[in-house]
Amino acid sequence: MFPSFLEVMKTLISGIISGQILTAIGASLSRLLIGFTIASVLGLFLGYLIWRYKLVEDTLGFLITALQSIPSIVWFPLAIIWFGMNNMAILFIVTIGATWTITVSATSGFKNVPRLYQNVAKTLGSSGTHFLRTVIFPSSVPQLISGLRIAWAFAWRALMAGELLGAGGGLGQLLEAGRSLGQMDLVISVMIIIGIIGTVMDNFVFLRLESKVQKKWGLS
Amino acid sequence: MYLTIEGIEKSFSHQEKGQIKVLDNINLEVEKGQFVSIVGPSGCGKSTLLYLIAGLEHADKGEIHIEGKKVTSAGPDRVVVFQDDGLFPWLTVMDNVTYGLLLKKIPKKEAELKAREMLKMMHLGNYIDSYPHQLSGGMKQRVAIARALVMEPEVLLMDEPFAALDEQTRMVLHKELIEIWKKTKVTIFFITHNIREAVLLSEKIIVFATRPGKIKATFTSTRMKDGFTPNDSTLFLEKQILEVLQEEIEKVLKEEMGDDYNFKTDNLHRDSSDNLGSHI
Repeated sequence: MFPSFLEVMKTLISGIISGQILTAIGASLSRLLIGFTIASVLGLFLGYLIWRYKLVEDTLGFLITALQSIPSIVWFPLAIIWFGMNNMAILFIVTIGATWTITVSATSGFKNVPRLYQNVAKTLGSSGTHFLRTVIFPSSVPQLISGLRIAWAFAWRALMAGELLGAGGGLGQLLEAGRSLGQMDLVISVMIIIGIIGTVMDNFVFLRLESKVQKKWGLS
Repeated sequence: MYLTIEGIEKSFSHQEKGQIKVLDNINLEVEKGQFVSIVGPSGCGKSTLLYLIAGLEHADKGEIHIEGKKVTSAGPDRVVVFQDDGLFPWLTVMDNVTYGLLLKKIPKKEAELKAREMLKMMHLGNYIDSYPHQLSGGMKQRVAIARALVMEPEVLLMDEPFAALDEQTRMVLHKELIEIWKKTKVTIFFITHNIREAVLLSEKIIVFATRPGKIKATFTSTRMKDGFTPNDSTLFLEKQILEVLQEEIEKVLKEEMGDDYNFKTDNLHRDSSDNLGSHI
């Protein structure tokens, strides 16, 4: 049960032309984007709390390290019970897949802001939210971007697993459709698409951003 | 007196040795517009004193007053130039220099005008829109000085600002600092471990003893019209300061290398004529 290369290419091209694959990509990516945005906001907020309050660090900080080691698809049964077998359930595991990683990297980013920058800002009269906005946050950007990159990889995997099991018209569902129809050429086409999107995001978006930021921040 | 330091004491806790006293009963008075240097071996607490004046640290005992106002926290009237430039890498040179001005609620246009003027004075007119990672070490330190001066602080605190620079850049910056000091008449409090630098730049030189840090001796230098102390008197002063410092240096070396260290065999004076004090 393995289709020929030509057959796969034909399905891939006709799938793109007919819009079937493009719609699936759109559905998957928009879901990812929403989940990832929520995870970023949540992760930054939790990271701030852990950095700011010792009590939160001792309690929540430890819990998050534990939560981080749970693969996010493990949350799926719970998510189905809470939200039903729908878009929300998938969104939930995508979000939860990225949140903990972003929290951890935000915490360490905030903690590693050089004392020198903090002293400079303080002697120039900065304090409170201005200090947070103009020193703590921008100074931790390199670490945040590295964190986002790893979080993105987790979210991407969670999304595919969720869509495969759930529904929602994404790439995962297209894979599942290919399997149930016995259309292995479609399955492999979708796998190729998944690989391409993953590579593009990781190498061309995140890696490039990371090296650019590291150079500007004087880290490499 | 303009800046008064009264009975300052400060200790740090150390994991093995317990409480370590770094500053012991420091009393000091500085006049407005004076250029004061502090020299001393490393670890004598001279930087700590500067941090106390800046308000970045708090003393265990004693008080610091500037124009009668007690120093309690960091503020833009006492700007610090650190050993490393500490420029924000995510901001352009212009944004770095206007950072403090905008915090003082100065309108953006006016702040940029001031910053531009100050950067031109520091010969950085062509690098206004560059980012710090595009500049050399000396240029970055220039920007850091511009960022401090543009605030028009009451006191400019400098914590070994030229220690990380190469000799040529340092020489040029010495000249420029004197020029600026003459122009702005700002009170400068300068920390260094380089005796020659201290003698060259300042009017008053305070020699620190170590462990605990306290004032060991005070020297005043006479200046020429161009702001620099003439050669014959600098050499004489350097020698005097080195004599006072010798005992302290020996103390530090003994502590680091053990009691078998002997000052007589490793004589410090051997190369003192060309490399004075830079090895302490």
